Amino acid sequence: MAYMHIGKDFVPPDVPGKVTGRIKYAEDYARDGMVYARLLTSPVPHGRVVDIDASEALAMDGVFGILTADDVYPDGEPQSPGLKVLTNEPTLMGEPILAVAAIDEKTAENAMAAISLTIERLPFVLDPLDSLAEGGSDAYNGGNTFIFRQGFAEEKWTADQVESFKSGNEPTAEAQQSWEYGDLEAGFAAADFVHETTFSTAGYPHMSMEPRSAMAYWENGKCYLHGTSQSLSAIAEPMAAIVGVPLEDFVFINEATGGGFGQRARAGSIPSMAIPAKLSQKINRPVMMRVSREEEFTIGGARQGLQGWIKVGFKSDGTMSAMDMYCISDNGGKGGGGDANSAAAGVSALYQTEAMRFRNTSIGTNTGHRGAQRGPGENQIMAIVAPIMDKAAEELGVDRLEIRKLNAAQNGDVSGPRNTPFTSAYMPEALEQGAAQFDWEGKKGRSRQTNGSKVRGLGIGQGYHNAGRSGMDGIIRLMPSGRLQIHNGVGNLGTYSYASTSRAAAEVLKMEWENCDVVTGRTDRHLPITSPQDGSNSIFTNTRTCYGAAQDLLGKMKEIAAMDLGGVAADYEIDGSRIYQIADSNVGMTYAEVAQRGMELGGKFTGEAELPEELNTLTALSVSRLAGSALMGIYHDPRHNNNPPGFTVTFLEIELDTETGKFDILDLVTIAECGTVVHPQGLANQLRGGAVWGIGLSALERHLYDPQNGLPASSGFWQSKIPTYLDTPAEIGTGWVDLPDPENPVGARGIGEPSMGAVSAALNAAISDALGGHLFDSAPVTTDMIINHIAGVSEEAKPLAQNNFRG
Amino acid sequence: MNPKLTRRRFIKGVIASGAAATSTTIWYAANGAAKPPGAVERLIRINVNGQARSVDVASQETLASTLRYKLGLTGTKLGCNRGECGACTVLVNDVPSYACSVLTHSVKNMRVETVEGLESANGDLHPVQQAFVDELSPQCGYCTPGQVMSAVGLLRSNPNPTREEARQGMAGNICRCGSYDSYLNGVMRAAQIG
Repeated sequence: MAYMHIGKDFVPPDVPGKVTGRIKYAEDYARDGMVYARLLTSPVPHGRVVDIDASEALAMDGVFGILTADDVYPDGEPQSPGLKVLTNEPTLMGEPILAVAAIDEKTAENAMAAISLTIERLPFVLDPLDSLAEGGSDAYNGGNTFIFRQGFAEEKWTADQVESFKSGNEPTAEAQQSWEYGDLEAGFAAADFVHETTFSTAGYPHMSMEPRSAMAYWENGKCYLHGTSQSLSAIAEPMAAIVGVPLEDFVFINEATGGGFGQRARAGSIPSMAIPAKLSQKINRPVMMRVSREEEFTIGGARQGLQGWIKVGFKSDGTMSAMDMYCISDNGGKGGGGDANSAAAGVSALYQTEAMRFRNTSIGTNTGHRGAQRGPGENQIMAIVAPIMDKAAEELGVDRLEIRKLNAAQNGDVSGPRNTPFTSAYMPEALEQGAAQFDWEGKKGRSRQTNGSKVRGLGIGQGYHNAGRSGMDGIIRLMPSGRLQIHNGVGNLGTYSYASTSRAAAEVLKMEWENCDVVTGRTDRHLPITSPQDGSNSIFTNTRTCYGAAQDLLGKMKEIAAMDLGGVAADYEIDGSRIYQIADSNVGMTYAEVAQRGMELGGKFTGEAELPEELNTLTALSVSRLAGSALMGIYHDPRHNNNPPGFTVTFLEIELDTETGKFDILDLVTIAECGTVVHPQGLANQLRGGAVWGIGLSALERHLYDPQNGLPASSGFWQSKIPTYLDTPAEIGTGWVDLPDPENPVGARGIGEPSMGAVSAALNAAISDALGGHLFDSAPVTTDMIINHIAGVSEEAKPLAQNNFRG
Repeated sequence: MNPKLTRRRFIKGVIASGAAATSTTIWYAANGAAKPPGAVERLIRINVNGQARSVDVASQETLASTLRYKLGLTGTKLGCNRGECGACTVLVNDVPSYACSVLTHSVKNMRVETVEGLESANGDLHPVQQAFVDELSPQCGYCTPGQVMSAVGLLRSNPNPTREEARQGMAGNICRCGSYDSYLNGVMRAAQIG
């Protein structure tokens, strides 16, 4: 279908501000009378605050006050494992205990030094398996796990059970969570090749470039909070609740966010923003809280680590007939996540496993705060499964590309425990396109070729994420000037989804983009609710809402034209600046005129009556404040059917030096299967960025903790080892299938997360290939592991010996 | 690396800024205070974006702090504040430098350029900025000012880099969004624009 905007590049309105430095992040704001907050954080990985004596600090010149957990939670801290604003019961090193406000940061630091903090040190644990073992320490006060609606609990295995698992055997303990479909026993009975192993994937921090600094002030009873988020409107209501202010008195300001990757999607993952808000309320001054890199590491979140056991069966033709997976998920010191469940669901979706069983037990450790990180679960497990696919192909004599095509998801397929159908699926097409663009046929003969100490390895990877939600709202306004204002609460993360999804409204109304404004940046610009811009869903979700709001507006425009010019609404068409009679185009009104007429009419035309039922709370508030200001399109998006997938495919070639264990990526091509392409440059950026993240997952990034004291050793960019220019190829090939999805009005689905999984899978497969098919069953596969393997030091390469945090 | 800005010179600069007390009379006179023995000069002049700026600078103050919090040039970002990420990159006498790791006292009488100083007087973007827009190089944008300044510095010393030279030249700037390829596209396009 020929579109005016969809599938076309454009300059998102914030880009000039990013290259000139004019766009403002939370820390770039200042306010008259502003004072500064610093955090006193936990010096131990697990403890209990016994006493805080701040009398000397509070008597110091330039000190305005402190905020403690007792101020925030006068009725006691919530008994849940999630991040708290401040706490007296820290369960990870560096967790904020109190905040001091002073005239400047130096004074605040001096005041903190004068505070007497008495803290009881409690036993800590870094490895879930150590905690699971009888007699092992518990990460939380009250247990080592948290069961929904039941609270903290203790989960223990016998020492024999733990040792058996560590030795590579299927866990025998009952799991906390499980699902199953198909006939697992029959699936394995039908298999001609079965691979069974333990595996581990590392947890590691998000490390967004912008620390989660925040500034707040109060004015006329309203709280104004400059912060960071993945969606302004999704965060507004829960953040107001954390601050303790009614939604109508809360203004969240967030023009740009310096990276999210899952950890700024929900208010519960960034409750620290409430500290300056509450401190400001207490001392009646604007408060800036700058967050340091170390603090960002501690409260900024981390991917869950998985330690597990997996058994996969393949029929002689390469069909994956059965998979059995048992995970121990590392929930860290705060939070948790559903990585293991998503991992299993991802395998089901991507490889169409005929029978499957999933089991999981989640255990806390006194390590970084865990939560969703780009493709949580799917991206880790794909790095484990891809080399197994190659092993099966080799054992069964099936081509590596063909075994993937054989198991690929197609239209009409289902996945997961509920057999949920895909809205559409074109994985075979993606595989073929990627193979052609990479020249798989021409290059596959280079597999394992040596040149001195160098050896080539080739890999194919596939990525998946459920990439679309619905049930959100849209608001657009046709102004009396004839300009279109598209209200969009999607956060400005750098995906440019806030702008590209808005273009669906311009598309419906056939308006030039130059005549449209995206209204965003602060909630008092009256934004509709959006999804949290996590789960790769913005493109799917918010093209639906913007499209729907534009359809509502178009209907009203036609109704007004028919009312004033005769005929019925169906007699009218639009051209982007006029609405006119189809029979006689001379009879019509400009967009400005129809907007002005709508304002005269009021009522439903201006958002003052006949609103859609089920508008979300924030949207209803925004509409009430915009009512009467313009001709309005207002829309509540009903729920869609089935599972809109985001699929990716990566082909990759490396040259590995067997003397150093290092490798260079010689070629990398990654293909998206995400429905209709909305914004090609933005999509290419997501594919390239995802590729860099995939390289980090498979080869570089992990937590490091000192086992004696629980000290984090990877709190900086370099120790955490996020990829740099020199860790990534100078060029990354991209492409897309570009076939429309029927559940989206412009055919689009999301892609941000699977863009990473395919690359992590392909890279692990390529490393395995270069090493003659050796399976590390681990991610990352680091240089030392490769060298140890080549040197025959097998113990270091055992999956569970390379767990989440020991270097 | 500019041989003028070696680690040794940086450390010498720190020492010098702590010891120099020859021209501090202005600040102390302005504040009606007698200069204590061994005090550090506070009111200094630095050349930022072609303008001489007088600014009250503490002895341990970094250039990033001065630019952001004294001069309001918040385009210079602090990603780590410890010389790891490059988000705070500015040019000091044309050399890309981490402003978080340079003491303001050490750049007296030097030319400091920040991202705010690149546009022409008529508002046209610098070729690097324009190329970054055309290539949609930024994602979240937090590292972008530093990437821009590193690219400008690179192209001043090497106007026609190969892609590999550009990759090496930009390697001091981290982008967590992973937009490296898009930034390199921008650098190569800027080199063509000249």
